[in-house]
Amino acid sequence: MSTSVSSLQAKSGSAGVQTGRRAHKRHYGTHIFLTVMALMWLIPLGWSLYTALRPKADTDKFGYFSLGGVFNFDNFVTAWNQGGFPKYFLNSLIITVPTIILVLLFSSMMAFAVSRVSWKFNITLLIMFTAGNLLPPQVLAAPLFSMFKHFGLPYWFSDSGNLLNTYISVIAVNTAFQIGFCTFVLSNYMKALSSDLTEAALVDGAGIWRQYWEIIIPLCRPAIAALATLELIFIYNDFFWPLLFIQSGDRLPVTTAINNLQGEFLSNYNLLAAGAMITVVPTLVVYVLLQRHFVAGLTLGSSKG
Amino acid sequence: MSSSTQSPVALVSAKAPGGRRRNRKVRRMSRTDKIVLSIMVGIPTLIQLVLIWIPTVLSIGLSFVRWNGLDLSDIKAAGADNYNYVFNDYPPFWPAVQHNILWLVFLAVIATPLGLLLAVLLDQNIRGSKIYQSIFFMPVMLSLALIGIIWQLFYQKDNGLLNFLLGTAGTPQAVDWFGNSDVNIWAALIAATWRHAGYVMILYLAGLKGVDASLKEAAALDGANAYQTFFRVVLPAMRPINIVIVVITIIESLRAFDIVYVINRGTNGLELISALVIQNLVGEGQVIGVGSALAVILLVISLVPIVFYLSRAFGKEKSE
Repeated sequence: MSTSVSSLQAKSGSAGVQTGRRAHKRHYGTHIFLTVMALMWLIPLGWSLYTALRPKADTDKFGYFSLGGVFNFDNFVTAWNQGGFPKYFLNSLIITVPTIILVLLFSSMMAFAVSRVSWKFNITLLIMFTAGNLLPPQVLAAPLFSMFKHFGLPYWFSDSGNLLNTYISVIAVNTAFQIGFCTFVLSNYMKALSSDLTEAALVDGAGIWRQYWEIIIPLCRPAIAALATLELIFIYNDFFWPLLFIQSGDRLPVTTAINNLQGEFLSNYNLLAAGAMITVVPTLVVYVLLQRHFVAGLTLGSSKG
Repeated sequence: MSSSTQSPVALVSAKAPGGRRRNRKVRRMSRTDKIVLSIMVGIPTLIQLVLIWIPTVLSIGLSFVRWNGLDLSDIKAAGADNYNYVFNDYPPFWPAVQHNILWLVFLAVIATPLGLLLAVLLDQNIRGSKIYQSIFFMPVMLSLALIGIIWQLFYQKDNGLLNFLLGTAGTPQAVDWFGNSDVNIWAALIAATWRHAGYVMILYLAGLKGVDASLKEAAALDGANAYQTFFRVVLPAMRPINIVIVVITIIESLRAFDIVYVINRGTNGLELISALVIQNLVGEGQVIGVGSALAVILLVISLVPIVFYLSRAFGKEKSE
């Protein structure tokens, strides 16, 4: 990029100072526009954070739109304890981690089969997988709910006597939904790897599993890291499936549970804001530490189309 | 084709020109390899079939029955009654269709172009580009449910920031942005734009980085100005990304659910087809047939962008 810009400038350099100044001016306008947009972008989150940091007594006294009073983390502590966040976070963890592992395992196996081995139905299956990922989840809600309801399980395993109200239901459906996307991304990634890699392994007598596990998977590490980050956010942010399948409030993951906080913290907006900010924390950690992987994951999916 | 096609892991390489290579490859696959490969393909395919495609078919089936969702023996055939009811006698249906269309138009006309504009501006080497990117990108990582709550704090009637800024907070003129059925769809759309524009921005930025710089140079040498270069050279060169953006915009507008559900469960001015599906499934009375009819309508509409996308993404490979 930078080389092309400089070469362009070198070519048009003699064209005069005038164009240079105009370009500079345009940048000035760009900065004003971007700064205004960025400030507007920050307002909603900033307002939540500001509200969350102020005690209710102060906002009652001075109003929400004021500078007076003290700032502390009391609302966060209260929301954490009253809102039952420890168990919601644990539920999120119980649902998110197995889902990511299953999605990456199954989708990498499928991607390997359709991209490294040529056989009759590979494109057909890949289309089926990709299409499944694009369906609106609500299309499947009624049949999945009924299927899980009539899938009898012993009571020692599930207190509902069926698959409803279990973590497994959410993990299974999330896995099914996300496999499609990850298979699509990973198969494109694997196709780009040289076929010599596995040919050489074949000569050495390596079977399919060793080709997959010892050669292809290590080479896909960047893509897998990107997808793992992306899926972490996707599953953590999933609102719909727990809403549909899980009835008892104490089994809900954080994202679905915050909907109930609105009722619990009724009209105490300071607590509600604090609760909302607490749920942002895991996202924020990923945002700061793994943003590169997350963006890579998003763009990997669109690099081919 | 050789007899190997009968095996589930038949090796017919589309790219292998001669039969000799193919035969050699087939011999390389041992029995164990075939079993391993069948498992690698079989498990994910089974999951997809059982949890995605069979339910899709069942959804179509359920849309032609009357059922309260309790006992399987209560299922009664209903013909096209559910569709008749939805189209003619179900008051929220047409408003929901209008809202879904509005959602699509708003994302397509406001949010997506805004994201495109941000990407183009940030693609120039301006100072602080990374900081701007991080700010616009932040909402993309938040759940739509959380976005609904954050904007609720902003939009509230008496204590929200917006009404303070407008000077109407606490007065009778104060607008309840999420509660008033005349404006709440617009308020929700702005919250959705907050996320969607950043999403589009990040995808376009990646696309712009991938455009061959020499293309732009050549255009500039031919005397094209910045607009011409962008609309005639850069944008066409990003065709694959453009298709993805179009599909994402359409599918996001059909999937829109979380925000409206968090605000008021998709009622009172915020009806969307997806929300109506759920209201019919979980509400009292559980009219599974009507919910399924709505789900099938949503499915049929969704198939348009899905088929469009798949034909673009796989069309070339299939014809190979």
